[in-house]
Parts: sequence; structure tokens; C-alpha cells
Amino acid sequence: MKTRYTFGGDEHIYVEIDEEMSLDAFFKSLSMSNAVREAEIEGITEICPANASFQVKFNPDVIHPDDLLARIKTLEEKAIQAEKRLNTRIIEIPVYYQDPWTHETLMRFRERHQDPTGSDLEYAARINGFDSVDDFITAHHSQPWFVSMVGFVSGLPFLYQLVEREKQLEVPKYLRPRTDTPKLTVGYGGCFSCIYSVRGAGGYQMFGITPMPIYDPEQKVTYLQDFMVLFRPGDIVKWRPIDRAEYDDICQQVEDGTYIPKMANVEFDLDTFNQDIAKTNARLMEALNGA
Amino acid sequence: MALNIINPGLSTSIQDLGRPGYFHLGIPIGGAMDRFSMRVANMLVGNSEDAAGLEAVFMGPEIEFTNDTAIAITGADIPVMIDGVEQPTWTALAVSKGQKLSFGFLKAGARLYIAIAGGITTPEALGSRSTYPIGALGGFEGRNIAAGDTLPTGTGGNVNIGATVAPAMRRMPSNPAILRMVKGLYWHRLTEASGAQFLNDEWKVAPEADRMGYRFRGGKALEFVDREQPFGAGSDPSNIVDGCYSYGSIQVPGGTEPIVLHRDAVSGGGYFTLGAIISADMDFIGQLQPHTPVKFEAVSMDAALSARKERHKLLDISGLNYHNRMTNIIA
Repeated sequence: MKTRYTFGGDEHIYVEIDEEMSLDAFFKSLSMSNAVREAEIEGITEICPANASFQVKFNPDVIHPDDLLARIKTLEEKAIQAEKRLNTRIIEIPVYYQDPWTHETLMRFRERHQDPTGSDLEYAARINGFDSVDDFITAHHSQPWFVSMVGFVSGLPFLYQLVEREKQLEVPKYLRPRTDTPKLTVGYGGCFSCIYSVRGAGGYQMFGITPMPIYDPEQKVTYLQDFMVLFRPGDIVKWRPIDRAEYDDICQQVEDGTYIPKMANVEFDLDTFNQDIAKTNARLMEALNGA
Repeated sequence: MALNIINPGLSTSIQDLGRPGYFHLGIPIGGAMDRFSMRVANMLVGNSEDAAGLEAVFMGPEIEFTNDTAIAITGADIPVMIDGVEQPTWTALAVSKGQKLSFGFLKAGARLYIAIAGGITTPEALGSRSTYPIGALGGFEGRNIAAGDTLPTGTGGNVNIGATVAPAMRRMPSNPAILRMVKGLYWHRLTEASGAQFLNDEWKVAPEADRMGYRFRGGKALEFVDREQPFGAGSDPSNIVDGCYSYGSIQVPGGTEPIVLHRDAVSGGGYFTLGAIISADMDFIGQLQPHTPVKFEAVSMDAALSARKERHKLLDISGLNYHNRMTNIIA
């Protein structure tokens, strides 16, 4: 990993922790963006952590770009020393894989896809070397994921799976982006899964849909009444496959205001994780059983 | 006190100076694309500079007033009519209950701004009334205005009717428009020749130009420095591991058509960016019409900061009290 500092015009500093994605790069970017926040440097207006990078927006009338850059660079050492440990939460997200709505949409935009003859899941399973779509779906939901970035549009989480590099699933984005994606589609592009928080354009492959809203500007959904966005970077997600009947049932519960997402507070330590991935993940998922 | 929307125009939205602080959650700053024009309009009618007004693109709305008040129209060059009688732009105008505001055909620029004494007082969302339609946030019930809407307005203060802004300050883009940028972000992904070509080419604003971003066409496709794509980035040479985008950053998906992200920008994504437009030139982008020829000019950080100071001087918004400000800007 080699940190690269650069300016985005006269109002942004962009810090790329690493060119490639890894949990190490994510942790360092999160620690460093936290260190910048804690430093309370006058003139900074926004701090946006991302997968393997982060960005600081500032007012150059208050602090000269070169001075701010120098300040941020001094915080890199602190971030390296920081413990790679997070007090966070694990959230279970029900997913109706191969649902009729994303299927209708993917058929509508088939000419923009690498494989116009199949479905997004069939394509993803094949290029990742799985014998069946079911095996691929199992690989997608059997191990937990990290929310490594929130953004693109309103509260959309990017998720990175907590498995060895060789087990990471990788798929390209659509050849040309779609102009439509159903709200709450579970998507996939590069090595990232995502949940489309709102309906709109998108380039990620579509695998399924969740009945659980993750963004509500009206804040009517019971678990979004404190804040309209569910996810924050560092959250851990476990997908749980559901069928049509359960999908309909959860939609009704959300509507009635009785749905309570399953979540639990957990601690995640990167070194412990790297020593024994299977054991760490099992412990994380166990926490959900008590929730 | 309210505005009755008879005809919304093409795409008219409530905007103020935006909602900073939520970009890390994918909620952009939003607000008027041409902030200078929005600020001046507010100042002319005695509002604080961050009061909410209307931003209309290419076509003006038709509006009926439900009380005697004052308005000001700034931004694009477009004939303004009160009950069919043409009125000056960039000027504080008195209007009476029952009168109607309408517009002629756009002459220059792209976005006009309407300020009303007391401002529009729809509910704030995350500290701003700006409309962010993708997130159904702010504006009028989370959307742009429509025929039949009634927009509530506040109580205005004293307005110096007839006050106007010197024509020299109504800066519009030249032709070709020059957009100044600072090279950076992922500029190093380009070959030296391709970087020079990008700055040398003349581009044209594409029809796909809105509050999220302005797309440009007509220049040569970019060439990238060879590399093995990093894990997680995607296979196209224009792909990166998804990161944050700067406001004003220039992304070039597939290396073909540059897109400059604006106030309603997506907060991040997987395309390389080759630098960002300087803050002093962001307002002008909002006044570019489709097919306008554009050249990108690389400038130093010092030049970017000087240009920013010049903009501040034009409308000295820091430190001075309201009356001093008005003396400075009124001709």
C-alpha cells in the first residue's frame, strides 16, 4: 500500500490509500478519515470515507490547500498506529434472490449486458466458476460483508465480503448502464455488492431484492425515524435468503410499522479476523442468533 | 402568502445554497447551480443570501402572486413579463396580488433564478429546502414544482424597488466557454499525449446536461497508461476501485465523453477522474446550453485561488453587513 495525495480542484483533497481493494486499505482509510475528523481542523466541511480512499472537502478561504494537505499527511502515522478494531453492528438483510421485478428489468435491458441470452445470476455464476446459480447464491449469502462505503446516491451501501481474496466474487458492470433499477435491488459490480436505496439508473448486475427499506426521506419506517439512512461505513451485513411468501410478509410488516430488523452489536478486530477467518465469521453470525 | 404555479416550465425546482454535510452518505450538497445569480436575486429583494427561490432551466414558469410583494429575476438572459408587460432583469420589482409572472424565449444562458421577498418557506430537509428529486428530499414534497402547486412564502422586509445590478457583473460564459480546471485525482492514468489532446480539443455540451452533471462530446477518445487493473477496480482502463467524487470533477467513462459532476453529483463511483473544475467556474457551467463549444484549460492551484478571490470581490459575501453589501453591488 502506498498512500497517494492529490487535489480535486481547489476545494477537495483526495487520499488514495491503495489502488486495489483490501480490508487493510479499507481499515486504514477509515482510521485516517476518523483521525482527520478528530483533529477538528478549521475549514474542513465534509469528510467522506470510501472503500480504499477518502476525500476531504474544505473552504480554501479558511485554510490554504497546501497547509491542509500538510496537516492531513501528519495524521497518516497516527492512523497506521491505530488499533484495527471496530465497535460496530451486524445487520441481517433478507434477500429474495431471482425475484420477478429485477428479472423483468434485466430482460428489458438485455442488449446492454455481456450475455444477452441468460440472466445476470447465470452469467455471474458461470464466470466465477460455479456449477449452478444456487451454488453461487450460497457463496453470496453464506459469509458476512463489510459496508466499506456509503454513497453514489442516498444511503446506498457498497459491501465487501469478509472472505479470502481467492474466494471473492467478481463480476463486471453492465456494458452500458441501465436507465432503471428497481428500488432495493441487491446488485453486484467489481468485487462489491450493493443495495440500490432508490429506483434509478445503475450498472451493477442484479441478483435479487430486499423487502427492507434502507433510506426513507419521510422517516416513516420505524427503524429510520432517528435518521433517514440505515447504513454507515463499518457496518457488517449478513444476507439471508427468503422466498416470495416471506418477502410479501416482511413488506406487510414494514407497512404496518411492526418490522424490526435483526441486528446486534459486535466487535471486529482485523488481526483476529486475518488469523482465523472462519472462526471470526462464525462468531459474528452467532451474535445475530441472540438478536 | 404564496405563489400559485400555473405552469412549471420545463424543469423548475426550489433551491437555496444547499445542504452540506451529508455527502458521505450519498446525499449531495445541491442548491442553485449558479449560486452567484441566486445570491444576487435574494439580496435584491432583501432576503438573506441563503433564502430559497426557484431555479428554472431553459424555460420560465408562469406564476400568480397571492399578495403584494417584491421579486427579482437573475441568471439567464430571458424576457420577463408581469401581466404581459416586459420588466428588467437583475432588478427588484414590485408585484401586486393577482398579477402573473411569465417569460419569453431564452436568449442566452441556461438557468434563471427567481427570488421573492421572504423566500419560499417549504419545510427544510436536512437543513435545506433544495430539491433533490432522486432522494425525494426537500423541494415541494421531494420533487420539482408542478402546475397547481401552491408554494408558501415568508414575510419580506424593506425592499429598494428598482435597485439593479451593474451589467458588467452579470457574467455569462464566453464562446467557446473556457472551463478552468486543476489537473489531479487520476490524471496520471492518461498518457502524456492524451492529456495534452484533452486540453487542446474543442468539446460541445451534450444534451445530457443536468444538475447531476454536464456531459461533453466532440473530442478524441482518451488513451490510458497500460497497467494490470487493480483488484476490485473492474476491467476497463477507465475503472478504479470505487471512490468519492469531487464536485466539479471530470470523469470520462470508457475514455470517450467527459462528465463534469455538479451540485446534485453522485457522491462516488468507479470511474477515473482527471481533475476538477475550479470553484470559481462552477456557476458558469449551470449557464451552458447544449451544443455550446467548450475548452478545458488547466490552471495552477494559485490561479484557482486567485480566481476564487475575484469571484468573492464581485459579490463580497464575507464580513460585510447587508447594507454595505448592497452599496457595493448596486450600480
